[in-house]
Amino acid sequence: MSPHDPVRFVAKNLRVDLRLIAEMIAPGARVLDIGCGDGTLIDELFTTKGCDARGIEIDMAEATRAVAHGLPVMHGDADTDLEHYPDDAFDYVVLSRTLQAVERPREVLRQMLRIGARAIVSFPNFGHWLLRWQLLRSGRMPMTPTWDRMWYETPNIHPCTIRDFFDLCAREGYAVERWLAADEAGRRAPWRRFPRMANLFGEQALFLLRRRDG
Amino acid sequence: MDQTPPLQDLPHQHVVFTDGLALECGVVLPEITVAYRTYGTLNAARSNAVLVCHALTGDQYVAETHPITGKPGWWDAIVGPGLPLDTDRFFVICANVLGGCMGSTGPRSLRPGMDIPWGIEFPPVTIRDMVRAQKRLIEHLGIARLFAAIGGSMGGMQVLQWAADYPDAVFAALPIASAAYHSAQNIAFHEVGRQAIFADPEWHGGRYWAAGTIPARGLAVARMCAHITYLSEQALARKFGRRLQGAPKTAGEAISLFGDMFEVESYLQHQGSTFVRRFDANAYLTITRAMDYFDLAADHGGDLATAYRGSPTRFLLVSFTSDWLFPTAESRSIARSLNRAGANVSFVEIPSDKGHDAFLLDEPDFHRTLAGFLAGCAVHAKL
Repeated sequence: MSPHDPVRFVAKNLRVDLRLIAEMIAPGARVLDIGCGDGTLIDELFTTKGCDARGIEIDMAEATRAVAHGLPVMHGDADTDLEHYPDDAFDYVVLSRTLQAVERPREVLRQMLRIGARAIVSFPNFGHWLLRWQLLRSGRMPMTPTWDRMWYETPNIHPCTIRDFFDLCAREGYAVERWLAADEAGRRAPWRRFPRMANLFGEQALFLLRRRDG
Repeated sequence: MDQTPPLQDLPHQHVVFTDGLALECGVVLPEITVAYRTYGTLNAARSNAVLVCHALTGDQYVAETHPITGKPGWWDAIVGPGLPLDTDRFFVICANVLGGCMGSTGPRSLRPGMDIPWGIEFPPVTIRDMVRAQKRLIEHLGIARLFAAIGGSMGGMQVLQWAADYPDAVFAALPIASAAYHSAQNIAFHEVGRQAIFADPEWHGGRYWAAGTIPARGLAVARMCAHITYLSEQALARKFGRRLQGAPKTAGEAISLFGDMFEVESYLQHQGSTFVRRFDANAYLTITRAMDYFDLAADHGGDLATAYRGSPTRFLLVSFTSDWLFPTAESRSIARSLNRAGANVSFVEIPSDKGHDAFLLDEPDFHRTLAGFLAGCAVHAKL
């Protein structure tokens, strides 16, 4: 992984966080994966669950790789392309480790829950103790395996913590059906009942949301 | 150039539909001929047919030596054994468009009940008329559903029309470097070409066959003008730059002010003069007009999504970075309409400096994309 790649997990098999997402999706569902990369998740969802899974990817080379693998992926941008989908077009709309990199996270979430009955969102947690410790100790922007780019070149322009995300869901009226915190390798962290603990020790978070009226 | 012989009449493979075709303009052609070529073998289930739709000046000779020019087929990098449109797997069909000049009914055809050609009296055909003629051919070949319809430029317009008019007869639609309507700029370029033909005294008001001439000069200028739009500034700079045809030997030596001074001029003149040997001027007028008329959204209440609502077809849109004739924005706009319609759409832009012509040329990323998309569709079609 070169320092110029966007922050992504690299794994030989299905990325562990993608495996956690796939577990949340019912067989045969209609799925839109925003920021689908080379389409690993949609491939998995089609092959193992018979889902009608489609993808949007902002990196043209990745999108081309996905289409060349026979996957229904289009070049597009989470910030500008979701508005073109009709209401309730999907059962699940997935945004994996991309929320922190979009221009308007709140609007993207709104669009996700307009076009999909449920949204699955994962993001790296900026509340992790190591980040807090580094900032406290050195007074400088933290650098960790997850947050590994200098402040002036990171694509992650909207970092948030697990508690921040809970607040946003409450404010926007989204019901949190499931959530979990995990370490960098995607292993589930054992603090599921305690958001404050998860916020301190979880390196990434995964949320399954639905509209409260839905 | 003045003595270019009229277009040869060759025995093209064809089928005649004696029950005719009612055109969108209201005219009924009492009989139509569709000239076509096929490659590969139709399987027993008749489920592996791929229709290739050719562009403005293309024809049905997709993947074989052209009978007039002797050049390789215009898509022989794409269609053939082991190629993206694998003829070991697919049954590939290409028909000369209605209004064309390679054997299908067009301005060179004899007018019914008369022994003179239609000429410019040939009714104004549309992209939809072309598609309806192709549909007749497909039915004649015993094919109820195409596995795929694919085409670049005007061929892509036909693919879009196919998917809109016969959604259940097209499993996969691949409009390449195309658009859902012809832009004002593109109509403007066409008009320059048409005016060049009209201005040629050998055109004789469209009845040049009677004078035993062809408007070679006008048609060549039309081709030269159009050819510039198929390339890009980078491609012209790379291929020709400002190089001269034979530099002057001394600083003071006079070189002719006009004529083949720059290499790019000589190249364009060659493009023009070879084109007139294989294309009919009235067909050029007819087909450019068909492209100009094309506006698929306008036919569906102004919203392209309406044309594809609930479509079962899987779409692949491809554009090229340096194509300014059918720019990426046109393909993206189609992709968004398909999103609105809830259709299954893949869309990528391929980096290339070759302009609009990139869809005809060696572009490995494009070819990989095509092959992979078709392979994915074959899985879904259980082919």
